[in-house]
Amino acid sequence: MMEANATAALSPAKRLTPRLAAWAALAVVACGLPFAVTGYHTFQLTMVLVYSIALLGLNMLTGYNGQISLGHGAFYALGAYTAAILMNSLNVPYWATLPASAAVCLVAGFLFGLPALRLEGLYLALATFALGVTMPPLLKYKHFDAITGGSQGIVIIKPDAPFGLPLTGDQWLYFFTLAIAVVLFVLARNLLRGRVGRALVAIRDHPIAAEAMGVNSSIYKSLTFGVSAMYTGIAGALGAIAVQFVAPDSFDIFLSISFLVGSVIGGISSIAGAVFGGVFIVFVPNIASQISKAAPWAIYGVFLIGFMYLMPGGVVAFLRVATAWARRCFRKAG
Amino acid sequence: MNIFWEQVGSGLVTGGIYASVALALVMIYQATHQVNFAQGEMAMFSTYLAWSMIHAGLPYWVAFALTVLISFIGGIVIERVIIRPVENAPVLSVVVVFIGLLVIFNSLAGWIYTYTLKSFPSPFPSQPLFGFRYVSPHGIGAIGVTLVVLVLLYAFFRFTPLGLAMRAAAQNPASARLVGIRVGWMLALGWGLAAAIGSVAGMMVAPIVYLDPNMMSGVLLYAFAAALLGGIDSPGGAVLGGFIVGVLENLVGAYVIGNDLKLSLALVLIVGVLIVKPAGLFGRALVTRV
Repeated sequence: MMEANATAALSPAKRLTPRLAAWAALAVVACGLPFAVTGYHTFQLTMVLVYSIALLGLNMLTGYNGQISLGHGAFYALGAYTAAILMNSLNVPYWATLPASAAVCLVAGFLFGLPALRLEGLYLALATFALGVTMPPLLKYKHFDAITGGSQGIVIIKPDAPFGLPLTGDQWLYFFTLAIAVVLFVLARNLLRGRVGRALVAIRDHPIAAEAMGVNSSIYKSLTFGVSAMYTGIAGALGAIAVQFVAPDSFDIFLSISFLVGSVIGGISSIAGAVFGGVFIVFVPNIASQISKAAPWAIYGVFLIGFMYLMPGGVVAFLRVATAWARRCFRKAG
Repeated sequence: MNIFWEQVGSGLVTGGIYASVALALVMIYQATHQVNFAQGEMAMFSTYLAWSMIHAGLPYWVAFALTVLISFIGGIVIERVIIRPVENAPVLSVVVVFIGLLVIFNSLAGWIYTYTLKSFPSPFPSQPLFGFRYVSPHGIGAIGVTLVVLVLLYAFFRFTPLGLAMRAAAQNPASARLVGIRVGWMLALGWGLAAAIGSVAGMMVAPIVYLDPNMMSGVLLYAFAAALLGGIDSPGGAVLGGFIVGVLENLVGAYVIGNDLKLSLALVLIVGVLIVKPAGLFGRALVTRV
């Protein structure tokens, strides 16, 4: 009995060391990268982080809670515009816009989540699609011109590194985004690994059984919508600061669709999948246009279909299968 | 009042277009329980094929028939080659494959035929028909074609053994397979039919909106809304939904809010209807046993 306890206590520690080493290596790479690449690439890496946060929000909603959203670009736009308007009209410092964007999107998402409770599957997809389509014309609407800048949009000034840190603007913004992304990912992990996460998955897999177990599905579903929108809204605010510009046409329905694409390709019911999705959204269109200048989107489409053939469950599911396979081979050999 | 009726008339014309694309969506949904996001772009590509043939000197109706035939075969080939390998993948992965198809068709059309607008001939006479002043002759023709397609489809599904087999394959694949129906081929046929209907819709819409690679993006959205409004499992509902959406869009644009926001408001209204009646106007509410 004692021995069993001792090994049980030992083995997680044994397993933990390589895992800790992996995390440390990841941290070193994440912190070192902006010093190894050019300013433009640093900007791209910042955008990867921004999209990862947005996709994490979508993963919570669609992957864990089973509510499809084709309109998360609208919440991204809402977060971006909140930040831009605060900075432009009220001279709020850039870091202080994030809580404001988060709050606005949390409320907006929660309110949208209430009617969405009645809709499922395709019908929910249509409702969220409508939301995504409605956003750009609403932002362009001429009676809001005074605050939204109409179709011209709003230009934001890029923040410099504070406290006299020896960093360029791009590098500072990267580290700023990285810090926020780490906090948000840890929070999401704690939320989804615990009681709340189990309730969300239960609602997705069997709503009636979940209710029978005492899960209040309406509250959970609408709150998930709110929290998911909040993540995406924070990403929108960070994206606006990084791009230094917001305009209605950058938040069209295609943005929402590429969120869904990135989410599915990364692995929709996972936290790490969001990062792979972010990498896909930022880099694959570039690669596609390098392969063919004439029809880049055809190449992009081929990539999409190819990815789904090779890894129908997303990158994370593929990695899981691949590591299990490698481990088996390793054991057989050893 | 005249202006009102003109708005209703042009709403009916665009509604007819939405109705035919919605019909194609419902077809694929009935056969496979998937919503094909690439439907509009497939129709657009078919229309370009028709344009090439007419441009090469073929008479309109020959080109029309050839396009429908090629689209039918093309739909089957796409199902066999591209959709079949992901048959057992998660639903959202299949959606991503559809989005992939969408961008491929769009990009290919832009690459082959360029993005400049092309005019597309109408097969109908240009004088007003039957003394209708509010609807253009092409509009009446397009509505007529939509209704004919609907009747043909209804007859096909209701009265032919093949239609029965297709319905069986969609409703209960396992039992259908047990009585000797080749379920896989029924799905492929469903795709072929949907592509053919889509090509008809494309050729009907092209004279109105002109031919360009992005011509169907708005249409698909409205068609999707129409299909859901009518009930995704009801072809008749899809057609009626198409007309409702078309008229609503025009009236809302003309009288309520102006052209900028008409798309948004129409969609909001549709979502409102769905919140009251989640299965659509003519859809069956799904009852499941637990």
